[in-house]
Amino acid sequence: MRHIIRFWHRHKWSYFFIAPSMLLFFLFIGYPVLRAVALAFQKVTLRSSEWVGLKNFIDVFSSQLFRDAMVHTFIYAFCVVAAWILTSLAIAALLQPFNNKVQSLFRGAFYLPYVTSIIVISLVWIYIFQPDYGFLNWLLGLFGIPRVLWLQDPDIALWSLILSTILIVPGTGVVLYSASIGSIPRELYEAAEVEGANAVQKWWRITVPLLKPTTLYLMVIYTIAGFQVFERVYIMTGGGPINRTTTIVQLIYMTAFSDFNFGRASAQALVLFAIIAAFSFVQFRFLSTDVEY
Amino acid sequence: MTTEPTSLEQATILARTQSAGRNWRDRFWQVVILSILIMAATVSLFPLYWLFVTAITPASSTVKLPPELIPSHPTLENITNLIALSGTGGLRVLGLDGLRMSRMLLWFLNTLLLALVSTGIHVLFDTMAGYAFAKRKFPGSNVLFWMILAALMIPGQVTLVPLYLMITQFKLVNTFAGVLLPGLADVIGIFLLKQYIQTMPGELEEAARMDGASEWKTFTSVIVPLAAPAMAVTAIFAFQRYWNAFLWPLVVLQNPDLFTLQVGLSYLYNSEFGTNYGLLMSGAALASIPMIIFFFAFQRYFMQGLRVGAVKG
Repeated sequence: MRHIIRFWHRHKWSYFFIAPSMLLFFLFIGYPVLRAVALAFQKVTLRSSEWVGLKNFIDVFSSQLFRDAMVHTFIYAFCVVAAWILTSLAIAALLQPFNNKVQSLFRGAFYLPYVTSIIVISLVWIYIFQPDYGFLNWLLGLFGIPRVLWLQDPDIALWSLILSTILIVPGTGVVLYSASIGSIPRELYEAAEVEGANAVQKWWRITVPLLKPTTLYLMVIYTIAGFQVFERVYIMTGGGPINRTTTIVQLIYMTAFSDFNFGRASAQALVLFAIIAAFSFVQFRFLSTDVEY
Repeated sequence: MTTEPTSLEQATILARTQSAGRNWRDRFWQVVILSILIMAATVSLFPLYWLFVTAITPASSTVKLPPELIPSHPTLENITNLIALSGTGGLRVLGLDGLRMSRMLLWFLNTLLLALVSTGIHVLFDTMAGYAFAKRKFPGSNVLFWMILAALMIPGQVTLVPLYLMITQFKLVNTFAGVLLPGLADVIGIFLLKQYIQTMPGELEEAARMDGASEWKTFTSVIVPLAAPAMAVTAIFAFQRYWNAFLWPLVVLQNPDLFTLQVGLSYLYNSEFGTNYGLLMSGAALASIPMIIFFFAFQRYFMQGLRVGAVKG
């Protein structure tokens, strides 16, 4: 008993300081995660639930719509990650020769679109993609290119979503790459010059390898973001036309809140989690390095 | 007698012509690179530009060709129409139900209220927890911190359905509490503040304790002022996240009087105003102007925050 009292007097303030956060954490993250795992093996309605074993997962994997959603999500994520890594690296490299003022002006300009919501940006894109008086068809019309049904044509809509994502230069990537390039010691380049290295060699042999940690970080966060694409799909196409732009999260949303099939939606979410975890693991495995400079 | 230039003079002349050539070449490449950067920035910023231009273009001019890249008759009719046409409702907090106003303004106030309250609570709780994890040794601290780190890996979609079932059980669907509470559980801030507070010297804290200050007083008068920069970064990113949040408020809120701006915009787009681009863009402008001002005011913290996030990863 005395033991407990002494323990309490010694640590009560520590527990007081963490209590609010931990309460929220266990209530709204810890418990829901465990519940999600349970739900994935249940048939759930708002009033009742019963165990159904692996039925939800079997349904998920045997559903053509889920396989389509996986394919769409993979295409989207792959294109966006590749384009974002390349553009942010290129822009950060091009920014290097300029002084701090110019650099920070551009960094601000490239980050600016990311402070507004995806809903806002997507609404503008809907207008830009509008077939009859949209900006894009007008612009292409100037070069004699006929009208494109950007969001209405089943074969094009997914590519339009990708286009609307990659045409805005990724601000985070530019900021991080340009900080990392700036922190590479000048002596490395000078030493390489003494050895007679040209600009291309310096780029591939010094800059790119030393940027690997930044590349890894960006790849992981961009892949996660790519796999979780939802808002722009929800508002720009709603998964259509004829489900040709349905992504995994869009499907989770529809399964849960339009079919009210909570069990299957949880199973889909766990599959998404597994995919993201697997990709992050592989990226860490292949790209992690212990380069220090 | 002609004098041959000495080798030193030769070298100087050679160096001068070469450096003049190099300067010229450098200047040329600088102009090329600058043009590429300006082009990339133009494409990147065009949607935002188009948003604001359309917001002040008369609705009739938004549906004809060629598009007006620079508005010939700038007008505020879109925003006044939007405020007049979006319907009216009452603010559903603090018993202000009698106060009726345009839904568009209501959504603005709802968003502001939710974002400010969430951010305030968030930063206070995160700083407290970050301090405890960084400076205080207590049983269970490692296990708890490890759990927090593990939670960073789990995508939000996993907890979406269970949280919805929970707030249904607690009868919080269609309430601000239902939006606010689950949104407060976010561990990234705890992590950031722990990392920052760890690097602070412990002497001031000890001195405060020697002077007989209570633990709470030590926290508010020593830790909080020193951790202020990290708290600012956490607050800024939290505010941005809450202001722009979409999926969770969309799921929780069904009564248009309670909508946030983002949910309200999506509702407007799916209503009879869905093709009135001037109206929609003026709403979108209203939703993004505060964040843009916020960004310019705190740009330094935004950039710092991005880098801190990366160091963590």
